[in-house]
Amino acid sequence: MGLTYQSVGIPATREMFNVKVTDNRSVIALAGNPNTGKSTLFNALTGLRQHTGNWPGKTVLQSKGSFIYKGREYTVVDLPGTYSLLANSVEEQVARDFICFAKPDTTVVVVDATCLERNLNLVLQVMEITEKVIVCVNLIDEARRKKLNVDIQKLSELLGIPAVATAACTGEGLPQLLDLISQVVCGDLKPKPKLVHYSSELENAISKLEPKIKEVLGAELNSRWVALRLLEGDKTLIESLEKFYSQEMIKATREVLA
Amino acid sequence: MSAKDSVVLSDMKPGSRGKVVRISAKGPLRRRILDMGLVSGVEINVKGVAPLGDPMEILVRGYSLSLRKQEAAEIHVEVM
Amino acid sequence: MSCRASLGVLMKEAREIIGICQDEVRHSIVNSIYQSAESIAAGTVSSKAGKNMDWDRRIDRVLTSPVWGFPIMFGMLTVILWMTITGANIPSAILAQGLFWIEERLTELFIAVGAPAWLHGFLVLGVYRGAAWVVSVMLPPMAIFFPLFTLLEDLGYLPRVAFNLDRFFKGAGAHGKQALTMSMGFGCNAAGVIACRIIDSPRERLIATLTNSFVPCNGRFPTLIALATVFVGSSAASMSSAAAALSVAGLVVFGIAITLLISWLLTKTLLKGIPSSFTLELPPYRKPQIVQVIVRSVLDRIIFVLTRAVIIAAPAGGIVWILANTMIGDTSILAALAGWLDPFARHLGLDGFILLAFILGLPANEIVFPILIMSYVSGGVMMELDSLEALRRLLVDQHGWTWLTALCTMLFVLCHWPCGTTLFTIQREQRSWYWMAVAAVIPTVVGIVVCITVNYLVRALGLI
Ligand SMILES: Nc1nc2c(ncn2[C@@H]2O[C@H](COP(=O)(O)OP(=O)(O)OP(=O)(O)O)[C@@H](O)[C@H]2O)c(=O)[nH]1
Ligand SMILES: [Mg+2]
Repeated sequence: MGLTYQSVGIPATREMFNVKVTDNRSVIALAGNPNTGKSTLFNALTGLRQHTGNWPGKTVLQSKGSFIYKGREYTVVDLPGTYSLLANSVEEQVARDFICFAKPDTTVVVVDATCLERNLNLVLQVMEITEKVIVCVNLIDEARRKKLNVDIQKLSELLGIPAVATAACTGEGLPQLLDLISQVVCGDLKPKPKLVHYSSELENAISKLEPKIKEVLGAELNSRWVALRLLEGDKTLIESLEKFYSQEMIKATREVLA
Repeated sequence: MSAKDSVVLSDMKPGSRGKVVRISAKGPLRRRILDMGLVSGVEINVKGVAPLGDPMEILVRGYSLSLRKQEAAEIHVEVM
Repeated sequence: MSCRASLGVLMKEAREIIGICQDEVRHSIVNSIYQSAESIAAGTVSSKAGKNMDWDRRIDRVLTSPVWGFPIMFGMLTVILWMTITGANIPSAILAQGLFWIEERLTELFIAVGAPAWLHGFLVLGVYRGAAWVVSVMLPPMAIFFPLFTLLEDLGYLPRVAFNLDRFFKGAGAHGKQALTMSMGFGCNAAGVIACRIIDSPRERLIATLTNSFVPCNGRFPTLIALATVFVGSSAASMSSAAAALSVAGLVVFGIAITLLISWLLTKTLLKGIPSSFTLELPPYRKPQIVQVIVRSVLDRIIFVLTRAVIIAAPAGGIVWILANTMIGDTSILAALAGWLDPFARHLGLDGFILLAFILGLPANEIVFPILIMSYVSGGVMMELDSLEALRRLLVDQHGWTWLTALCTMLFVLCHWPCGTTLFTIQREQRSWYWMAVAAVIPTVVGIVVCITVNYLVRALGLI
């Protein structure tokens, strides 16, 4: 059996995140490790004044803002900082659910240029959920000060997604970021994430599970990613699926009956 | 995997270095430790301890992480 | 079949297919991801740093050293308070003079147009004065303390505080990140309660939530500072503000001690459990954009205080004026209420007006002190309260305050029910009226016990 409420265009679940849904409005999520400058970037993009601070965990409430670029309206969501999306904590679940179910038109993963290795952990995880990812290498001024050089071109090639270097507090790199965002949103630029390969044992299991997952979920979620979550026994995902789709289903039936 | 010359992280002295060989924690703690980048094979550096001897601060994957000795006791390290 | 059921079946199937335990699957997944991350990072990041001067490490060695760690924390707090006290003096006086000058002009205007006395009383002596008091007493300290604190926050010092103090919190069965939520409480307890979300364990999050109000928020600091300046600071002129700063810092430390004690008690009673895990990233120190931070947070505070002055202090001022001027027999309602509270308040080392001000100040802590002054002034002779000396005369000469009254008031400022906004936030965060009530009861009981003890101990020892 398949789900009957295949979404076309704008995912209907987006409404459940209190994000205004209109045709001409694109949603951008800012994800990333704690303390990488997401809120600073959010402020720079939207002109709002979210609190920022040099410690992990400053933002705990998800905040929204908007801006207009080249005649298109964008809603930006500043997600709480997380080290991973494997749902060990409430914040991680919030961030994961937003990316999975609100299906942002682009997810910008903000990473710390001075600590790329750990930050890439999250980038690689986000890439497994959605293709529309941009990596924003922030704090590039700090990296320069520490005499670290990040090859953005190469990073983009190795990941298969667009990359840009920024210093959110001075505005450096922001025009390039805006340009990438609009290109990805419009579909002019199609990221082709190069996904992580797992042990042959896991890959085998994944390929056995994937078709069955597709049967249940259709194209709602990336089946490879769901397979991995099932294999590691992540019950929170099933709960979230229930939460977001059962309501959706109820609404769909109501609409049919009305 | 030889456990003979491995010690637990909580026993390491400030300034010493090593490679994680095994994590014995289970459940949520294990997941938390893994997510912070402490997987087997990763190199770590003990930077110091808090004024009262606990928690400790280590350098891993280029960033500073503090964790309680209780958690550090679940991380087995091969001293270098 | 619902999707939960079918996915549940699939999860069982997944377990059979893979055959190894789920913890191991997770390890293998994380391992592979980090291996990719390592190789990508290795391919893109190059370091040109020669001999690496690790400044962060050097600073940390001092700030978290066994010898210097705690003295530096206390020292920084005292210095910030000292800068607040010395810095706030002059702007406070200027604001007070300016606002009272306006009050006189307003009065003249009301007389000129022949407005009835009650209208003048309600609007000028009530509403206007309430707002004016909040602005002149509260604004300057807030507008100095907060930016300084924000600078420390941007520098990256707060995580080190959590690192240093974690051992205490562990001992109390709580979480080291509670120190971070307390730091946010300095700005506003409601914000501190929201910040408790960074603590994953529900039990430890609740402990942090219930004890957050033992940190004096920005609405209470100015009261503490004003009282400390009047009573501690008036002695030796040159050292006065330093002594006042030290006494407020001491009070903050007392608040931290109470927090730990209550956390420990909660762990042993209502919230039994063992401490969960603590992992915290210590970010590198970063040079804050000083001018930008200061300008921004000063503006933030001004807007914040002015809004609160209009929304809460002005109506409160009006209400206090009505209470003070509506007579039942030959006493005002205000005096009657205060008289009714007085016997109990005396046990706490306070008086009825002080306790009444705390009760009327439930909506916001910054109006407690202004309400007190207004109710004192409304009963007695009119006086110009445009200096701390005048404030001292009002409290000491007209209302019989001693240093013990001041001490007990300061302790009660530190330990009493959280403000309405904070209570509301606790209710929303915990989704529980019960825990909201507990959060109100705990600090109130602590405040009563502490004040009674101090009051009777001091008297028994014949110190006063
Ligand atoms: N030098 C420099 N500092 C930055 C930059 N971006 C942000 N910062 C600083 O880094 C600190 C963290 O920034 P935030 O925007 O609060 O980080 P965040 O990602 O929102 O953090 P969480 O809310 O805790 O997840 C702040 O002190 C910022 O001023 C940058 O590009 N360069
Ligand atoms: Mg933030």
